[in-house]
Amino acid sequence: MAAYALRRFWTMLWTLLLVSMLIFWIVNLPPGDVLTNQIQQLQASGEAASVSKARFLMQEYALDKPMWEQYLIWMGFWPGPHGFSGILQGDLGWSFELDKPVGEVVGEALWMTIALNAFAIVFVYLVALPLGAIAAVKANTWVDYLATFVGYIGLATPNFLLALILYHKGAQWFGLPVGGLMDKQYADQPMSFAKLGDILVHMIVPIIVIGTSGMAAMVRRLRANLLDELGKPYVTTARAKGVSRVNTVVKYPLRMALNPFVADIGNLLPSLVSGSVLVSLVMGLQTIGPILLSALRSQDYFLSGFILLFVSVLTLAGMLVSDLLLAVLDPRIRFSGRRR
Amino acid sequence: MASDRAMRTETRASGRAEDGASTPLLDVRGLGVRFGDRRTGMEVVSGVDFHLMRGETLAIVGESGSGKTVSGKALLRILPKGASVSAGTAMFAGRDGRPPRDLLALSRSDMRAVRGGSISMIFQEPMSSLSPLHTIGDQTAEAVRLHTDLRGAAVRDRCLEVFDQVGFPDPARAYDAYPFELSGGLRQRAMIAMALVCGPDLMIADEPTTALDVTTQAQVLDLIKRLQKDMGLAVILVTHDLGVVANMADRVVVMRKGRVVETGTTEDILERPGHGYTRALIAAAPELPVGKPVHHGGVPDPIFWARNLSKTYAGRRSGIGAAAPEIKAVRNVELAVGRGETMAVVGESGSGKSTIAKLMLRAEEPDAGAEVGFKGADGEVLDVTALSGAALKAFRARVQIVFQDPYASLSPRMAVMDILTEPLRVHGKGGDRERRERAAEMMRKVGLSPEHLSRFPHAFSGGQRQRISIARALMLEPELLVCDEPTSALDVSVQAQVLALLKELRDEMGLSYLFISHDLTVVADLADRVAVMRRGRIVEEGPATLLFENPQHPYTRALIAASPEPDLSRRLDLAAVARGAGEPETWPEPFAYSGDQAPGLVEVAPGHFVRCAA
Repeated sequence: MAAYALRRFWTMLWTLLLVSMLIFWIVNLPPGDVLTNQIQQLQASGEAASVSKARFLMQEYALDKPMWEQYLIWMGFWPGPHGFSGILQGDLGWSFELDKPVGEVVGEALWMTIALNAFAIVFVYLVALPLGAIAAVKANTWVDYLATFVGYIGLATPNFLLALILYHKGAQWFGLPVGGLMDKQYADQPMSFAKLGDILVHMIVPIIVIGTSGMAAMVRRLRANLLDELGKPYVTTARAKGVSRVNTVVKYPLRMALNPFVADIGNLLPSLVSGSVLVSLVMGLQTIGPILLSALRSQDYFLSGFILLFVSVLTLAGMLVSDLLLAVLDPRIRFSGRRR
Repeated sequence: MASDRAMRTETRASGRAEDGASTPLLDVRGLGVRFGDRRTGMEVVSGVDFHLMRGETLAIVGESGSGKTVSGKALLRILPKGASVSAGTAMFAGRDGRPPRDLLALSRSDMRAVRGGSISMIFQEPMSSLSPLHTIGDQTAEAVRLHTDLRGAAVRDRCLEVFDQVGFPDPARAYDAYPFELSGGLRQRAMIAMALVCGPDLMIADEPTTALDVTTQAQVLDLIKRLQKDMGLAVILVTHDLGVVANMADRVVVMRKGRVVETGTTEDILERPGHGYTRALIAAAPELPVGKPVHHGGVPDPIFWARNLSKTYAGRRSGIGAAAPEIKAVRNVELAVGRGETMAVVGESGSGKSTIAKLMLRAEEPDAGAEVGFKGADGEVLDVTALSGAALKAFRARVQIVFQDPYASLSPRMAVMDILTEPLRVHGKGGDRERRERAAEMMRKVGLSPEHLSRFPHAFSGGQRQRISIARALMLEPELLVCDEPTSALDVSVQAQVLALLKELRDEMGLSYLFISHDLTVVADLADRVAVMRRGRIVEEGPATLLFENPQHPYTRALIAASPEPDLSRRLDLAAVARGAGEPETWPEPFAYSGDQAPGLVEVAPGHFVRCAA
């Protein structure tokens, strides 16, 4: 098991390296980012001071170096103008648009994003698991139809619409705070229990909004999977042993149907992150979604590059977790690397 | 119900009188099962009566769709979704000494106590009938906890005791093993252990050995018989195989289309069958030939041959840096199909028989040094291993293949016309009209109506589908047909028809067959020569009749001894099975060898070769 985990981790590192190259290439692809524009303007002005500033900027950000070297410097594999100073060393680069270090721009939003998405996943699973299981066991009864109906509504409603509805009615009906991830009074305060509590309450509505469509899709999938499994011979064997109805379902087919469920953790994360951009905009959430959007628009490539890399790390970490969980759940996967 | 019983034909009243002394363990009367609801549903089983004494074995025999499995499941009330018991009683007198209770009327919780407690059931496919996610021990212990007061270590001890009884070489290891770590035979032993761990009065065995190799089948049948004697267990054996019935059952119920057509003692049914259907079933059961003329000698005019044929697969590496172990699926096989003849390759799963066909057809590349030759009707000798491009394509048109599963090998989205004309399209032969005419002709040849060409495969039964597969293989006018277990997915009576068709086509069209099968009895009638394979090697090869009448190798003898036949005078010879079914190391001298040290083939009679030390 430990060897399996190590092997998975090793693969993940290599994947990440490859992904980082791709990201660097892609964010540098379109011409005309903030910095090059600035340098071109300085050079065009022809003044000695401006030209020398342009040269300084080129050197500072290694723009005079070939692309692969720029990449290595960005990652921190290669000494840049200031020695080894890249992402590996914790220097995330400079946001030209906001004229601040990337680390400072992203800062709290990073943790908010992680927290929000983690909670959203927990919400998805907590709701989808029982709902899907009941819908399958009670297939083609009113319980099933109700679960299906709820599922379709969840699937069919665009989440920004759901956000708008809850935005207006959540406060009115349930007294839930809406908009932003914390009260204004905590905005620039250091973390405290009061602030934490406030953040959690503020998260309830966004979690529902972000998680609903994923949850609905998962209910449908679990129902279909479980329905398949319920007809399998080993379920009949369990019944022939005299196992009670509930235990028959929970111990055998549900565990089999869980596999794709667990494997989904990795897939869920990126869709949650990208799906939540709109929601974050509508609800004014301080996550990295809106920051990524504006960074991509203005071609602020250190900023967008880092955020994309961060989302990739999140995804790969999710995949790793789901792989390891699968191995724990399913002996066939655990044994596949081993000689019989 | 009463009218049902009156409608039944030819139910022999045997047994009833002698049973008068004691109450039967189980007395089923007027059992009916319906799929769907009361108004629109369909009765798939109706008016089924039978009874069973303590310690007795009752076989329920029938082909697929006869309602035999449903009847068995109805007793435990574990019918699939949509099916329900519509009529009848099943009085069960358990060991507890209580008066007989009606299984079909028990409350849900009482029924759960019966299931796995006093009546247990085992199924056909031991792999899919066991949960792959739980250890054998876990799944067995569950039954113990449900039906006995044993807890903690005592549960494990009880399981280990039963594992030992059913013949696990290492019960403690089996306890912690997952189903996929065990062989098919051991999996079925695990199922049996699970069924017997609570000491039931009755075990319902639904085709318990159908998915197993013949030698394994013989051992599992013997095990069931032995346990039955030791534990005083009654068994209901649901099967399609009259050979199994002859070896196991005391009494037989023959079912057809949801009704009982005949009941009686095994002796009565097998030797004096009253109903036409029973007679047809017995006639269709494949048997080993006795007293056919023997053709001595080798292959005079080979059409398709292989020499020095080997295939080595790289196994899975056991760790980082470790060398991948080699799996030798086929080793140094030499084989020749005579023109107009049938060469049968027989072996159990994993023996390498299908790999040989793949290698000879170049679906997979053999190891270096192999020689595969084909000499068609034009007299030109092709070196198959060296063919490529257009020459390979032309060769493939001359050698066609019929697959095992007619359900999987025909595209459900293509009409039969498209299925049949596709090979012609691929090889660019003939015009549109010509192709259609040929398709119609082939349909007639395989005994189907050309009017059905516009239908889709789902409209046909398994046997008809296999006829379509054969027609498709014949579309390109091949000279040789490779048949890869073409009948193993079919009912016995259908199997007999398909085999007869193959024989007819061969003689009529001058075809040659390479016939691959796991079952000696299936090839007995069709084959001119037989090669028996074990662990990637041919252990015995020779003219069919000679091989059946005078088998030399212990493994061939084991296969023959393990083939159950519907003949009470020819019971399974377990001693012979035990001598030959094991690993090559366990074979008696001069046949034994270990690892790669196999002896060569020795010619014991003209054309009859046996692998043994000279």
